[in-house]
This record gives sequence, structure tokens and C-alpha cells, in this order.
Amino acid sequence: MPELEITKIQELVYELWVDDVMHKDVVTVTPSTPLNNLREILRDNRISGTPVVENGRLVGIISMEDFIKWLCEGSPGCAVADRMSRNVIAVCADEPLIQAINKLERLGFGRLPVIKRGTKEVVGILTKGDSIAGLLKKLDIDYRQAETRHPRSSHIFEDIVADRSSLIFEYDVAGGGDVKRGGASASGLKTSLMRLGIDPQTVRRAAIATYEAEMNLTFFTNGGLITAIIESDLIRLEVTDDGPGIENVDQAMRPGFSTAPDWVRELGFGAGMGLYNIKTCADRMRLDSTVGVGTRLEVEILMGGKREVVRDHATVTA
Amino acid sequence: MKLSEIMQRLQLEVIVGGGSLLREVNGGYASDLLSDVIANARERDLWVTLQTHQNIIAVASMKELAGIVLVNAREPEVETLEKAREEDVPLLVSPLPAFELIGRLYKLGVSGMRT
Repeated sequence: MPELEITKIQELVYELWVDDVMHKDVVTVTPSTPLNNLREILRDNRISGTPVVENGRLVGIISMEDFIKWLCEGSPGCAVADRMSRNVIAVCADEPLIQAINKLERLGFGRLPVIKRGTKEVVGILTKGDSIAGLLKKLDIDYRQAETRHPRSSHIFEDIVADRSSLIFEYDVAGGGDVKRGGASASGLKTSLMRLGIDPQTVRRAAIATYEAEMNLTFFTNGGLITAIIESDLIRLEVTDDGPGIENVDQAMRPGFSTAPDWVRELGFGAGMGLYNIKTCADRMRLDSTVGVGTRLEVEILMGGKREVVRDHATVTA
Repeated sequence: MKLSEIMQRLQLEVIVGGGSLLREVNGGYASDLLSDVIANARERDLWVTLQTHQNIIAVASMKELAGIVLVNAREPEVETLEKAREEDVPLLVSPLPAFELIGRLYKLGVSGMRT
């Protein structure tokens, strides 16, 4: 099946970055290099073109073709600056290789200078040959990794001999609106559940519920604790904080209701969908809150697909 | 349609994208509200947004979206970039405003409706 093979190679191209395969010891010239000297530079390094660099920054590129043209014109005395192309197309070191290969193909160039994103500092040069060499190396690495891959822990529950068993994961969530770490617990839980071989649908529901709960802790509390208890047939989430508490739980559960301040909304949060989204993911949900004391959220997610229509149970203690 | 094809036809700049660019795009969703995306986007949707902070990656990864396209040439924050690599979420940028980009996506056959 030739199609499948192409896809595999394509996939590899997409998994490499320019700085994985580029030549790092790049030969450069300056704008003031006399064209007379260019021949030796190209010949000695066996290259057919080179970036022109001034004060570390890319200002042009000069190729064998430019050099030959100059010879045909009777080699008048001039410097690289007079003959180089100034409209240089470069690639960034952190660009995907596929994007760079596309550029090479589209432009019909043999080489592209590689610069650091944001600056114009030349950090390497990329040729088609580099791309092929990079692919072969990547194939080799992939092959070795496949040989040494660690076994997954998916059979852990089957291997345990007990009437009941559970795994407990705890995640501390900082409050005070620190969005930077936002989602770390949900993402950690998701990875762990996948490794346990739990079905993706269940993992997704648990991750979404955890994420929304985590964001609530981040924005509205001084921090709290998320506990995930994994049993053989369900995941139980317990989310607790010590304040400020929810004034009107029924209102808070209503989709679209939000008490989020403007800066939270500016970040794309505060749609008033958090608790509602949790409910959508849950088989059972319970929310208890006391103003000035704290909030406790319990969510149960049954493995193997959502079965129960959630009757959320919410209580408020004045 | 594969994300890589959309990337080429609409000339999207790839900020992060490995083999994940070969994922199928089944539809599209546009929103700047994260919980709205969590509630309403579908698996393998391409998400069009102007939000650039790292939580977009968490949302995309959780919902198993096909990728994120930032509009108006918005630059993602450094943490967003790192996160996207970690979680293998394709992150692309278009210089176009959202309305125009979505129009062009729609022309390519990317729809926001459930079939």
C-alpha cells in the first residue's frame, strides 16, 4: 500500500523541527567581502551559496549563480554587497521542518538560512540534503524507542487481589487567579487515567469536570484541594476549599450565570458554564456550600459511558 | 480534510505542529469563551479564537480538538507554545480577522453544524 508509506514519511516530516536537521556551523560572508574571494570560500567549503551577515544579523544571501553572472560580466571589482540578494527568505529554527521543505519547494531554492525567531541572528542553514539526513536519523530513533517502550499500567485493577481497591490522586490548586498554572491538575489527571487504560470517554469527562472545578478554585477561592479516587468502575472527584463559599447555589448552577469580574472574562473565562459543564460530565453531582466557610463538590463518573441523568443535589447552609 | 491541507490553502503559519498536523478536521468552532468551547465544541473541530494564554491548550487537549487557529496575527504567549508542544496540540496563526478566516474555512468545506 504505497499511500500508507507516504503518510508515514509525511508524519515524520511533521515531527521534526528545522533546528533538528540544520547545519549549525554555517559559513557566512560579510557585505564587504570582495567577490574575488568568494570563489575560494564556496569551493573550499563545497557550498553553492552562503548567507551574508553583518553584526550577527542576516542582511542577504549570495549564490554560485550570482558569482557566475559576475564572471560573465567580466568580473568588475566589487563586493558581496553589490551582488547579493537582499530579499532573503529565511526560516526560523523552531519552525516545523515541513513548513521549511514547502518553502524550499515553492521557491525552488537549494538552501535557506535559519534565523532565531524574533531576532535576525543566523543560527544555521538548511538544505534539502539536511532534511533527508534528518528523516533517516528520526526513523532510527523512533525504531529504538519502539523497542524499549515501557509497559502501561492498564491491568493494575485486575492484578490487585482485594474486595475493594482504589487509587487516590491529590492535586493542590492555588487560588488568587493564577491562570499560569491553570489546568495543571486536570491535565495531570488526564495523563494518569490514560496510562491506567481507562476508556477515553470516561477520561475526557473526568478531565473536563476537573478542569472546570480547578478554574473555579483558581478564580474564586484562596485555593483548594482536588481529590480523585479511582475505583474499578467509577471515578469520584472531591473538590474542597475554605471560602468564600457560594451565596446562591441554584443560581450558580444555572448556565450563563457568572460572578466573574471583568479581568477574568477578558481571559475567556467567566462564561457561567463551569458548574453546568461539570454537571454534563457527571453521573452524580453534589455541591455543598456555606458562605464564609467553604465549598465541597462531589462528582461521580461511572466508567464505560454516562448512564444516569444527573439529579444534582445542592445545599446551602446560611 | 487534513489540517495540513487547510494550513497550506489558507497559508496559516504553524507555530506548533508535528505529526498532529495530519489530523482530520471534522468541523469548526469559534469562541473566545473557554467554557463555551468545553461545552459546545466537538472532537476534531478546528478552534478559531483570539485568546493566547496557555489555558487554550488545556481546553483543546481535553476536548481533543483538531487544532487552534489564532486570528489577527496574535502571538501566543511563551507558556502557550511550550504547553502546545507538550500536549501535541497544533497551534496556527492567521493574519486575517476571525470573520474573514472563518468565511474562508467554510468555503473549504469546514462547517460548524452537526450532521
